[in-house]
Amino acid sequence: MTAPSLTVRVERGIGWMELDVPGESVNTISPAVRDELDAAIAQLGREDDVRVLVLISRKPDSFIAGADIKSLAALRTRDEAHQLVRAGQDAINHLERMGKPVVVAIHGACLGGGLELALACTYRIATDDPDTKLGLPEVQIGILPAAGGCQRLPRLIGVQRALDLILTGKTVPATRAYRLGIVDEVVHPSILDRVAEEAAVKLAGGWRPKRRRLSLKTLATDHNPLGRKVVVGTARSQVEKKTGGHYPAPLAALQAVEHGLTHGVEAGLDIEATLFAELAVGGVSRNLLRIFFATTALKKASGVDGDAPAPKPIANLGVIGAGFMGAAIGGVAALKTGVDVRFRDRDLVSVGRGLAAARELLEGQRDRRRIDEYEFRRLRALLSGTDGWDGYGRADAVVEAVFEDLELKQRIFRDLETHVRDDCLLASNTSTIPIARIGEAVERPERLLGMHFFSPVEKMPLLEVIVTERTAPWATTSAVAFARRLGKTVIVVRDRPGFWVNRILAPYLNEASQLLVDGVSAETIDREATRFGFPVGPVTLLDEVGLDVAEKSARLLHEAFGDRLQPPEVLASMIEDGRLGRKSGKGFYQYEGGERRDIDQTAYEIIGAATDAAIPKEDVQARLVFAMLNEAVLALDEGVVRCARDGDIGAVFGIGFPAFRGGPLRYLDELALPDAVSVLEDLARKYGARFTPAPRLAAMASAGDIFHPSG
Amino acid sequence: MQSANGRRVAVVAGCRSPFCRAGTALKDVSAVLLARQTVLELLHRAGLQGSEVDEIYFGQVVPSPLVPNLAREVSLLPQFPASIPAAAVNRACASANSAIVLGHDQIALGHADVVIAGGAESLSDIPVLHSRRFADVLIGLSKAESNAAKLRVLASFRPRDLIPVSPAIAEPSTGETMGQAAEKMAKLNGIGRQAQDEFAMRSHLLAAAGFADGRLKQEIAPFFVDGTDEPVTRDNGVRPDANLEDMGKLRPVFDRRHGSVTAGNASPLTDGAAAVLLMAEETVEALGYEPLAFIRSYAVAALDPADQLLMGPAYAVPKALDRAGLVWGDLGLVEMHEAFAAQVLSNIQAFESRQWAEQHVGRSEPIGEVNWDTLNVMGGSIALGHPFGATGARITLTLANELRRKAVQFGLISVCAQGGMGFAMVLEAA
Repeated sequence: MTAPSLTVRVERGIGWMELDVPGESVNTISPAVRDELDAAIAQLGREDDVRVLVLISRKPDSFIAGADIKSLAALRTRDEAHQLVRAGQDAINHLERMGKPVVVAIHGACLGGGLELALACTYRIATDDPDTKLGLPEVQIGILPAAGGCQRLPRLIGVQRALDLILTGKTVPATRAYRLGIVDEVVHPSILDRVAEEAAVKLAGGWRPKRRRLSLKTLATDHNPLGRKVVVGTARSQVEKKTGGHYPAPLAALQAVEHGLTHGVEAGLDIEATLFAELAVGGVSRNLLRIFFATTALKKASGVDGDAPAPKPIANLGVIGAGFMGAAIGGVAALKTGVDVRFRDRDLVSVGRGLAAARELLEGQRDRRRIDEYEFRRLRALLSGTDGWDGYGRADAVVEAVFEDLELKQRIFRDLETHVRDDCLLASNTSTIPIARIGEAVERPERLLGMHFFSPVEKMPLLEVIVTERTAPWATTSAVAFARRLGKTVIVVRDRPGFWVNRILAPYLNEASQLLVDGVSAETIDREATRFGFPVGPVTLLDEVGLDVAEKSARLLHEAFGDRLQPPEVLASMIEDGRLGRKSGKGFYQYEGGERRDIDQTAYEIIGAATDAAIPKEDVQARLVFAMLNEAVLALDEGVVRCARDGDIGAVFGIGFPAFRGGPLRYLDELALPDAVSVLEDLARKYGARFTPAPRLAAMASAGDIFHPSG
Repeated sequence: MQSANGRRVAVVAGCRSPFCRAGTALKDVSAVLLARQTVLELLHRAGLQGSEVDEIYFGQVVPSPLVPNLAREVSLLPQFPASIPAAAVNRACASANSAIVLGHDQIALGHADVVIAGGAESLSDIPVLHSRRFADVLIGLSKAESNAAKLRVLASFRPRDLIPVSPAIAEPSTGETMGQAAEKMAKLNGIGRQAQDEFAMRSHLLAAAGFADGRLKQEIAPFFVDGTDEPVTRDNGVRPDANLEDMGKLRPVFDRRHGSVTAGNASPLTDGAAAVLLMAEETVEALGYEPLAFIRSYAVAALDPADQLLMGPAYAVPKALDRAGLVWGDLGLVEMHEAFAAQVLSNIQAFESRQWAEQHVGRSEPIGEVNWDTLNVMGGSIALGHPFGATGARITLTLANELRRKAVQFGLISVCAQGGMGFAMVLEAA
C-alpha cells in the first residue's frame, strides 16, 4: 500500500483536498491518484456539513503537471487507453456534478489533465509566480486533451482562443491565463490559501462568479454554425500546413472540439475518448513519448561514464570572437544563465558590433515580453568586451568562436592559456576542426573540449559537447552542465570529423547535389524530404546554411572518410558563380528582400544538370534518407555518439529529423533492419557503392538485433 | 603624523570612461550607465570578483530625481552580490574625492576591506523641472474634487508658469555663478588674460602628450554607445593644436567688456565617469594585488562663498600636508583640478604668498612654491573635461599612476568645490 497523495480535511464547512504525491517533485495524475481524488469527492459530496471544496497542491512549485506519463507509455491496446481516459473523464465529471462548488488554487505548473481538472471547478485562482504555467500540451506528445479539455476550454474562453492553446500545446503564465479568461483571479503565492478560503466562503453562501459576457465575436463564431466552420476551417489549414500531415494529434483535437460544439458535451467526451485511444497507441505518439523520455533522461545525464565529477560552477564566461556566432552565444548565455560575458575580438569595432548583436538578442526578448525592462537592463549589464585580455583572469569558462582556421585557433588558445586560471574550462565552437588538433597547441589539453552550437543559437535546441581522448571528466561534466543551463539538450560526442550532426548530414546533402546533377528538380528533392517529415528540404537547407559553409564541411568529410562521402562538384561551381545561398541573394533559389522566390533556372545550367531525369520519386526520397541512415550506423559504430538514444536526439534536434519517426536509429528499428539492408543493397546496385550497407547494420540485421532493444 | 589611526589604505586600480563634452559622443548615455560601465570595466581590468567588494561610494553633483542614489545602481550590477551597501556623495566638484575618503575611512576603521569609489556625471542629461507654480497647479488639479474646484485651480495658471527651471551652476547663497567667481578672482588677484590662456594651452598640450604616449589612454575604458558602431575611446575636448592666437580670439563670457575668463580657459561641461579600487594594505596582499599608491592624508576646508569662492584648495592643502607630516617641498607631483585657469593661478599665488599664509591660515611661511614640472603633468580639467562628480577620481587615478611611473614618494591632489570648499589629499608611493 503506497502512501496517500491526497489529504482531506474539513474545516468550518470547507472540504480541503490537498494534493502531494509522495516521492515525486511534481504532482501528476496516475490511476491511483485519480481514484483517491474520486473517492474524496464522493466522500465530501456525502458529508452534509461540507458546503464547498477547495483543491490545492502542497508541492512548493507544482500544481498538477498533467497525467502520469509513465502510465500513458504503458498503454498497449486501444481498449486499455479507452478505459483509462474514460475513468479520468468520469472522475472529473463527478467533481463537476457533485452539486457543491469547488475552488481550485493553482500554484506551479497546471498542465494537461491538471488544467482539465481545474476547468471543471467552479472558481479558479492562480498565483502570479513565474512557476505558475497553464496549458494543454498533449499534442506535443501526439495525443489530445481527452479529459474534457476540448469541451470545457472552448466553452469557457471561446473557440478561437481555445484552439490557439490546444492545437499548439503552448503554455501561458497566470496573468495571460487571466486575460484569456481561464482563471478568475491572480494573487501572490503567500495569500493563495486565504483567498481560496474567502472564495469558498462566498461560494458556500450562494455567490457565483460572473463570467465575462460573450463578445460579438464569440457570438459570431462559437454560437453560429457557419462562423464556427470558418474558424475551424482556418485552424485546420494552418495545422495541415504546419504538420505537413505527419502529426495526427492536432487534427484529432480540432475534430473533438468541433464535434463537441455541434453535438454537445457528452458526444464530445465520447469522441475525445475514441480519438485518444487511437492516438495513444499509435506510432507517432509512441515516438514522441520516447523522444520526451530520452530528452528527460539527457537532462539528468552527466555526460561521462562511471563516477561523474561535480561540474565546476561557471559565473564568468569569456567569448572570443564577437562575430555572428560569438555574439549569439554571449547573448544567450547572459539571457539563460545570468553569467558575466566578456567578449574579446581583435579590434574594438568588432567588439562593439558583437555587443550590439548580443544586446539586440536581449531586446528581442524584451519586445516579445519574455523579460521586462528591468530584467533587460540587468542582463545587458552582463555584456562587456575588450580588444585585450583584461577580464580573462576572472573567467571560469571560455568559448572560442572565431573564423574556422586551425592556426588561428591554436594561436588564440595558446595566448588564452597565459591569461586564464588553471581551472578555467576551454571550449571551441568549431564545427569542422578536430578538437585534438587545437589541443596540440595548449599546455593543458585536459580542460579543452568542443561546444558545438547550432545557428540560430537562441532557437536551436541541441548542443554537441565534443570530447577528445585527453579531455578530463570534470571538463565534460562542467560543459554539459553549463550547456544545460543554456537551455540546450546536450549530447556528448567523440572528436571525429563532422562530429555527429554534420557527419550524418553530409551524405544527405551530397545526395541532394547528386540528385540535382542527375536531373531531378530542386522542388522535387525538397518536396520528397518534407514529405518524409524534414522541416525543410536539403536544397533549401543548403541555401540557408550557405553553400560555401556546406562545401567546406563536405570537402573536409570527404578527406576524412574517402569516396563514400565524395561531394559532387555542384557546390564548387555554384560558389564560383557567386551563389552562396540566401546570404548572397541567390543560390539554388532566388531571394528578394529577404523573401524566397522561385527556383533559379540558370542554376541547373551552372551545375550541368541532366535534362531528363529517369529517377522514380520513391528513389529520390530513399536516396536522401538512406544515405543519412547508413552514415548514422557507421558513425554510431565508431562511437561518435555514446548510444543510439543520443544519436536519435541529436538528429531530431540538430537536423530536424522527423520526431514522429523517433530518430534515424529508431526509424531503422521500425523499418526492420533486414529490410533496411535490402533497400540499401538495392540503392547500391542502382546508384553506387556509397550505399553499401554499414557492416554493423548488416551484422545486426542477420543477428536479429535492433538499436533500441529496451524499447 | 598620519591622519587616521587605522589601517593603511591602498589605491589598487582604477579606470574611467572617456570624458566627452556635453552634447557630444556620450550625450545619450545616462550617468547611471556611465557609472555602471566604468565600474564593470574596473572589475575586469582589476580581475576582481564582485563578491570581494564590501562597499561602494559614488559622487554625483546633479543627480536625476528618479535616481537619487546612483551608487546603489552601481552596486546592483549583476556582477555584484545584492548585499553591497552603497551611497551617493555630493560635495560638488570634490564629490568623487569625498567618495574616496568615505571608502578610505571605512577601510581604516576596519569596517571594510575592499571599496570601489568614484563618480559620474552626465551634463547632457540634467534634470529640467517645472516651475513651482506650475507644479502647484498640477497638484491642485489632482486634488480638486469637483469641476468647479478644478476650474478655480486652472484660473490661477499663468503661461509664464510653463517656463522650465533648470539647475544653474551658481551659489545658492549668493547667486554668483562659478564663472563670475572666477572672473572676480582674476581681477582681485591680478591674473591677466594672457596668463590664463597660457595655462589653458599648457593643459591641452600636456594632455595631448599624455594621449600620444599612451599614459592617458591606459586609464580610459572604451565606451560602447548603443546604436553606434565606433566605440568612444578618448576624451574629445583635448586640442593638440591649442595656441595662444586662437585662444586670444575668444570673447570673455562673464564680463564682455573688461573680463578675461573665456570658454578657452575654463573647463567645459562634460559627461563621464571614473572609479578607483581601494583596499586595506593587508587585503592587497591577501588577494594577490599590488598597490599603486597609499592614501597618506586628506583634508577639507571651507570659506565664505561671498569671498573668493574657488580659493578652497589654499585652505585645505596646508591642513592635508600637516596631517601627512610633510611640507610642500616633499611633494614630487601635484595634481590640481582646473575649474578655471584663473582659479588655479589664484590658488598658486596663495600657495606662494607669505602674506596670504599669514592672513588666512595663520602661518609665518608660505605654503610652498610650485615646481611647474610636477604640476598637472598630463593636463587637467580644462583640456580633459570636467564631469563634476567624476573629476576627483580621475585625478586620484592619474596621480597614483604617475607616482609609480616617476618613482616619486609623495603627491598632492587639490580640488576646489562649490560653496567655497576645498579638498586636498596626499598620496604616497607604494
